[in-house]
This record gives sequence, structure tokens and C-alpha cells, in this order.
Amino acid sequence: MTLINYIVTSLLGFIKGLGNSGIFLFQSLFRLPVRPKEAMRLYVRQVYSVGVMSLIIIVVSGAFIGMVLALQGFSILTSYGSETAVGQLLALTLLRELAPVVTGLLFAGRAGSALTAEIGLMKTTEQLSSYEMMGIDPLRRVIAPRLLAGITCMPILSIIFAAVGIWAGMLVSVEWLGVYSGSFWGSMQQAVQFDRDVINGLIKALVFAVAVVWIAVYQGYECQPTSEGIGRATTRTVVLSSLAILALDFLLTAAMFGDF
Amino acid sequence: MKDKRSSLLVGAFMLFGIAAFVYLAMQVSGLAFDDKSDGYTITARFDDIGGLTDRAKVTIAGVTVGQVDSIEYDQEYYMAKVDMTIYADVDNIPTDSSIAILTSGLIGEKYLGISIGAEEEVLQEGDEIFDTQSALVLENLIGQFLFSQGEE
Amino acid sequence: MEVYIEVNNLSFYRGERAIYEDVTLQIPKGKITAVMGPSGVGKTTLLRLIGGQVLPDAGTVIVDGVNIGEASRRQLFEARRKMGMLFQSGALFSDMSVFENVALPLREFTPFDATMIRDIVLMKLQSVGLRGAADLMPSELSGGMARRAALARAIALDPDLVMYDEPFAGQDPISKGVLVDLIKQLNSAANITSVLVSHDVEESLSIADHVCLLSGGKVILAGTPEEVRASTDERVVQFLQGQSDGPVPFHYPAMSYQEQLLERE
Repeated sequence: MTLINYIVTSLLGFIKGLGNSGIFLFQSLFRLPVRPKEAMRLYVRQVYSVGVMSLIIIVVSGAFIGMVLALQGFSILTSYGSETAVGQLLALTLLRELAPVVTGLLFAGRAGSALTAEIGLMKTTEQLSSYEMMGIDPLRRVIAPRLLAGITCMPILSIIFAAVGIWAGMLVSVEWLGVYSGSFWGSMQQAVQFDRDVINGLIKALVFAVAVVWIAVYQGYECQPTSEGIGRATTRTVVLSSLAILALDFLLTAAMFGDF
Repeated sequence: MKDKRSSLLVGAFMLFGIAAFVYLAMQVSGLAFDDKSDGYTITARFDDIGGLTDRAKVTIAGVTVGQVDSIEYDQEYYMAKVDMTIYADVDNIPTDSSIAILTSGLIGEKYLGISIGAEEEVLQEGDEIFDTQSALVLENLIGQFLFSQGEE
Repeated sequence: MEVYIEVNNLSFYRGERAIYEDVTLQIPKGKITAVMGPSGVGKTTLLRLIGGQVLPDAGTVIVDGVNIGEASRRQLFEARRKMGMLFQSGALFSDMSVFENVALPLREFTPFDATMIRDIVLMKLQSVGLRGAADLMPSELSGGMARRAALARAIALDPDLVMYDEPFAGQDPISKGVLVDLIKQLNSAANITSVLVSHDVEESLSIADHVCLLSGGKVILAGTPEEVRASTDERVVQFLQGQSDGPVPFHYPAMSYQEQLLERE
């Protein structure tokens, strides 16, 4: 009986949280700053801190993952004599799965946690209240630019991740392991379909971006205004967004590639 | 001043993103925006396509001269009907040419290979190649092999 | 006495705990009103109720004729533009310089051009003595300077009402003196209504025209500083003189000391 009670209350709590954060997302996105020039300036600043600052970690991880994939793929494929298929393997795994998922996870750790901490700190130091008392809506001034910047930056980062990964994998397999470059690109271009692989990968990245930024911003906005509360909210952002990415990835993969 | 520098970096970031996207589109997925539009469509019917997919390449002497547009089941003939586009500049394929489903490598992709015939007349838009050779299906090959072993 | 803020039968609960129960008080126009009381009595909550950041569970808060609890979002934002608030931490926007902080409300709510805004900002900063610090970031300011900069921002739009949340807490004597002078000057120069929330007895009584003492979710005394000093109410006396035991007990409620010591498990 108590177990059922517990499940019901936690389920209701979950639905309530989802509803609250949904209203929050809606209000933030559809109340953009009034002056377009100011809005642009706020947005560019956020793209800088969310996107440009995450670029290095994305490029470096992309390069290493591409190189590891090439090495592993080569060592397996070479025993079937099909080492030219390493290009195909590299491009498909990166475009369909690894680029959006790994970028999402890194983005949650790098940009998501920073967003939560920043907004949490603004709440703790009464800056959000201060905007409100000034008659400026903090949702449109503080939250909206961050949401939009995050949602636009992550797909870009995911594309960069895939491109760098493929390029680094090409270096390893063609320059180092001696795969014939014509067959490398040939097998890749034969297997990769622009709409099925590149565009679907982009859609995944976009969905993950919405999930991560939404969670990050909401956790910051709703955190307990103490230093302990900020710490907890930051941890929760990383955990929740990682889980959300992996679960959403399964759903999206099933929807996109599931019809055999 | 600080804002200007970050604007510059943001612009560079966006450009980098666009460049990566173009790279993925052109180099990785081999999208070429011009040669798809002009070409002519021909048809072939196979008993078994054995894993041929849309966008598979069509080759003559190993050189790509077109790609598969669509594959559907032909109810009338109980066969697979494959439509393919041949590039416009390859305009001298004889009407009695044959077409076969081939495999690149042991586990590679399936593709179509055209063997040139001897007729003077050439294939036009909407024509069909009648001499087709289906994909080699491993199970059938093994079956035939065992059967021939048994006869001896 | 002209009343600027009227609080009628206000009740406010945080969870189960009553912060205010049936509180009625008036804040006169053009005067400095000090709201005092021990920590945790909900003094800051009163300012948030006036600003409409939290809504009362019962009763009304009427600011300059506007019922804050029932105002539409637009009316509320309109009303807030006539209020300035100095938060306890200053609450300067950490991603902007001092100049930008003060300029922000002007850019948002006035049609002035850049030169005009610059002049007003420099004027406001001059009045709090921080014109030289215009280009510093909030992280480069000391606590007292941050509060003065925040004060410049709070008065940027020449509000009718300025609320001070614990302006003296954690300040050294010099900063306290500076803030006391600033609050007094501002009030007399611009005929602003000031509401001051504090538990610093001496500073508050020295500048206030009117004092409200809160305790246990109720107003226990409202009057002039002289009346407060002359009060014989033991709750007032305990607060003013800082006695450790009295109506507010020294001991957190517990079972009898003797009983607990003799208890055997």
C-alpha cells in the first residue's frame, strides 16, 4: 500500500515538474527581448560562452574518437579483407550515433553545468529578483538568450564533431595504416546517404540540444538559492541530461532507422 | 571592445560549422548537386535483387555512370523492378546490353554492372534492359553445389 | 500624514509556518520608515510583498493606490518602475560594468539617447561617490561600494519609493556612516518614500521618521523613534538593548534539563 502510494506520489511529482518546466520553456521562448538589437547582443554573447567555449573540447574529443574508431575498425575489418570499408564504418557510426550523443554528453558536462551554475548564482545573489523589481522579465532577458544560444550551438558542435572525427579517422586509416584513399572515400560515399544519415544526425543533435539546455536552465532557475543548492542543481543537470540523451537516442534511432 | 572580439569569434564559430556541414555533404555523403538532374531513366527486372538498395551505383567497366532511383515489386511478372538514372553524357549503351547485380568485396555494398552488347540502337529514356542477371544468393549457390555433388 | 503604502490584514505563510498573521501597517509618504525586528521575522518578505514578487495569502498590499496582489502583470511591472530596491547583496548584474548596471533601467524604460543616458548615469554615480568606479566590474568592488553602486541603479529612474533590504548588515562603521548619509540625503532631496528593513538599531533609529517593530508575525509597535525608545514593552526593550534572554528565549524549546540529564537509556 505504501509502495503504491509512493509510486503514485512520485509519478504525480514527476508530471507536475514536467508541466512546470514546460510552462517555463514556453514562457521563455515566446517572450523575447523587445529591442532586437539588444536581443542580438545578448544572444551573441551567449553563443560565445556556450558554443565557442565548448569548441576545443568538441574538436579534441572528435579527433580522438575518430582515430580510435579507425584503428578498431581496421583491426577487425582487415581480418575479412575488407579494410576499405573502414571509411563506411567511420562515417556511419559518427554521423548516426557518436557525433550527436557524445557531443550531447560533453555539452551537458561543459555548457549545461555552467548554465545551471551561472543562473543559480544569479538567483542566489538576487540578480534575478533585481531584474524583476526593475520591471524587466528575467525569463526574456536572462533565460531566453541562453536557451536559444544552446539550441543553435549544439547541432553546430555536433556537425563539427562528425567532420573532425571523419577527418582524423581518415588520417589514421589512409596516412598511417595505408588504406587506399580512393576506396576509403568510395565506400564512405556509397554508404552514406545525405538525408538518412547527415540530416537525421542533425535532428538528433537538435533534440538533444533542446533537452540539455531546457534541463540546465530550469535547474538553475529553480535551484535552492544557496551554494549547496547550486552544487546539487549542477549535478542534477549533468545526470538528468545524460540520461535524457541516452533515452531519447534510443527512441530517435528506433524511429529513424527502426523500419527494417 | 570585449564584445567585438567575442562577435568575431562567434562569427568564426558559425563559419566553421557551415564549413563542416559542407564537408559532410560533399566529401562524406558524396552529394553532387549537378549530375543528378540531367540524365535518362531506364528499367530492368530481376528475379532476385538480394540486398540492392536505393542510390546504389550503376557501373560500366567499373566506372560509375548512374544510380538506382527506386526498387519496387512488379506484381504482374513476380519480379523486382529497378529504375535507374544514367548520366546524360553516357548516351551510347546498346539495347541488347546485359545488367547484373554485383557485390564489391565479400561483405561490401551491392551495385549494378552493365555489360555492353552489340546492337547499333542505343537505350533511350524509359527503355528496358531485358537481359538481367540476379544477385548471387549464398544459400542458392550452396544448394546448387550440393546438388551437383550429389549427381556425380 | 499621507499614506503611501497600506498593508491591511496581511497574512502570509511559508509552508505551514506563518510569517505574517493579520498584520496591518501604514507607511507614510515622503518619510523614512524603518521596519525592524529580529532575524527570521520576515522583514525581507515584507519588501517582496510590496514589490509583488510574492503574493499575500490573505489581506491586501496597496502601494500608491494599486492593489499589488490583484494587479495584472502589466500593472505590476508599471508599478515596479516607480520603485527602486536595494538588495542586501547589492545584486549588481555580474556580467556588466558599474556604468552598464546603472544604465540598464534607463536604456530599457526611457527614450533617451546615448549621451543623455551617459550624463544621467554619471550624475547618479556622482551622487553615491562612485563616478571614478564607473568602468569597474562588480567583482572588483568592495561590499560597501557594491551597495552604493546598487543604490545608484535603484534611483536611476527617479523612483517614488526606494526600499532598502538590510543596508547596514555586514558593513564597517565608515560604510555604515556613508549609507546613513546617502539614505538621508536622497530622501530629503527628492522627497522619496523610503522603506528600510534592518536590525541595526542605532543606525535605523537615527535616520527613521517612523518605525515599525515586528515580532512573531505581528506589529508590536509603530511610532516615532522617540516613542520606540521610551517604550516599556519588554519585547521592545529586549530588542533595543540586545538582552540575551527575555520574551525571545535564550533556550531553544527542549525538555527539562534536569530530566534529560537523569534520563537513563
